[in-house]
Amino acid sequence: MTTDTLKLLGTTPLQWLANGLMSMLDKIQGINPQELIRSIAIPVIAFVLFLVIWGAAASQVDTSLGKVPGPAKVWEQTMVLVDEHNNERSREKRFYERQEKRNAKKLAADPDAIVKIRPYTGSPTFFDQIWTSLITVASSFLIASLFAIPIGIICGLSPILYKALNPLIQIFKPVSPLAWLPIVTIIVSAVYVSKDPIFSKSYLTSAITVTLCCIWPTIINTTVGVSNISKDLLNVSQVLRLGWWTKVFKIVIPSSIPMMFAGLRVSLGIGWMVLIAAEMLAQNPGLGKFVWDEFQNGSSNSLARIMVAVFAIGFVGFMLDRLMLMLQKKVSWDKSAVLR
Amino acid sequence: MSNEHLMLSQVSIEFPTPSGPFKVLDNVNLNIKEGEFVSLIGHSGCGKSTVLNIVAGLYEATTGGVILDGKEVTEPGPERAVVFQNHSLLPWLTAYENVELAVKQVFKKTKSKAEMDEWVKHNLELVHMSHAMHKRPDEISGGMKQRVGIARALAMEPKVLLMDEPFGALDALTRAHMQDSLIEIQARLNNTVIMITHDVDEAVLLSDRIVMMTNGPAATIGDILKVELPRPRNRVALADDAQYNHYRAEVLKFLYERQHRPEDKTEKKSEADVTSIAKGKINVKAA
Repeated sequence: MTTDTLKLLGTTPLQWLANGLMSMLDKIQGINPQELIRSIAIPVIAFVLFLVIWGAAASQVDTSLGKVPGPAKVWEQTMVLVDEHNNERSREKRFYERQEKRNAKKLAADPDAIVKIRPYTGSPTFFDQIWTSLITVASSFLIASLFAIPIGIICGLSPILYKALNPLIQIFKPVSPLAWLPIVTIIVSAVYVSKDPIFSKSYLTSAITVTLCCIWPTIINTTVGVSNISKDLLNVSQVLRLGWWTKVFKIVIPSSIPMMFAGLRVSLGIGWMVLIAAEMLAQNPGLGKFVWDEFQNGSSNSLARIMVAVFAIGFVGFMLDRLMLMLQKKVSWDKSAVLR
Repeated sequence: MSNEHLMLSQVSIEFPTPSGPFKVLDNVNLNIKEGEFVSLIGHSGCGKSTVLNIVAGLYEATTGGVILDGKEVTEPGPERAVVFQNHSLLPWLTAYENVELAVKQVFKKTKSKAEMDEWVKHNLELVHMSHAMHKRPDEISGGMKQRVGIARALAMEPKVLLMDEPFGALDALTRAHMQDSLIEIQARLNNTVIMITHDVDEAVLLSDRIVMMTNGPAATIGDILKVELPRPRNRVALADDAQYNHYRAEVLKFLYERQHRPEDKTEKKSEADVTSIAKGKINVKAA
């Protein structure tokens, strides 16, 4: 694979991919060419093949919203969504500029005038929705981890607690977010009554649902990691008469970090997956709501826009996993371990 | 008897198994003087490690018990430091931090920060590991790891140093080197040491007494050999020494004539014992 072919690809909607590949090429110049072909050309060929098959298959299916969109249509809608985002941003900017001017004029005429600063109330764009979803998933994942890691450590250290909690964990683990959602919705509406709420109910509902679904893998993995600590290290801790906290922080946590992170990564993956469903049903702003709104909208572009969302969801999920991997590399003591 | 330093009296231990309790040790009696170097030798599975773990307090004897300086041993503690076979260093800590963990635990109240730092460095110096004290276990060789393990144990200023096949996983040259280091350290600090070994030469070279264990189940002390070689001992000089070779032969005879390897045991064992004693081959030293 040469840079020329990549440039050729650059004229197609694959521009962003080609750009990425070229910057990668810059970094890995000098690596043996066979290795290069294997690590770059094969995934690219597979991706192109996927696009071709998708395009061919999509044009065969007629729906109430027209033909199922192919790659070109989806790319077009991606650009439309980017434009919409940029327009919205410039509109917002102009709105604030106007407001500032108006207020300045008012103050110039009468220094005692009360000026109001109104927030811009435009509809959230696709990228705003992605951001909202990220915030929601991050908060649920954080809360889930704050509970899951200590519970996992305690279960791993105490066989009695493990026996007590394991059945509960196993029962709740496979429950779908769709089953939790109605319960959470009703409890949130009953319990969270405030005149001046910090969080909207729909946000709480979807965040709690995600927490309930993504807490289990971390608990289970941490438990397994902690209960598999080498007997020798525990003997060392006994001979040294380490206190409980010292033991947990010096021995238990470091040695169970790989398992803990395996759990955290699964949890985050599940959280992201579940979030879309929760947002759809809780009508909480975010990618799920975007998909739902497009579905209800039913324009000829809706399917393509939903497919953009599908790719966005997949890409963000992938990035979240990479992020966890980076974090794991940072906190892991064993820098030689191969993480993937 | 109360002036004894370390006493194992009538120690037996049973482990529960699905098919009923399994007796590993039966009636082990041993008195050890302060500063004495005692080796435990015997075939694999005979319960040597179990004896050590009972002294360490990691196992509790079913009957009988261990008394150290007039106090019964009921739990593990730093006054009976253990050097484990596979070093058991915390892999996420450097050599320095591994020793420091032990030092902080033992001298938290009695030493200042600077004193503790000096004590950690002193102990690493003792095992010749100062040059690599900021390396993690996976960055140093097996012999070096074991040195750090010994430094960690010594840094606790234990009354008794318990070593569970400390050099078993090392190659022959490294092992010899480590044995020399251990001789040197023991000459300086005069620790009481109980060491488990499989290696006859190691036992004779290092020990004041060699405790030879019978095969399990229900293993006990078969014989005790007093090694009265003058110290300091030199392995090269001793290689040709008649007394040294006599001690070696004693241990070898015990292991290979009186106690068969576990593979060919049980019904043949008692018979073999009887015949070898009858032929007068074994020169039984009084325990």
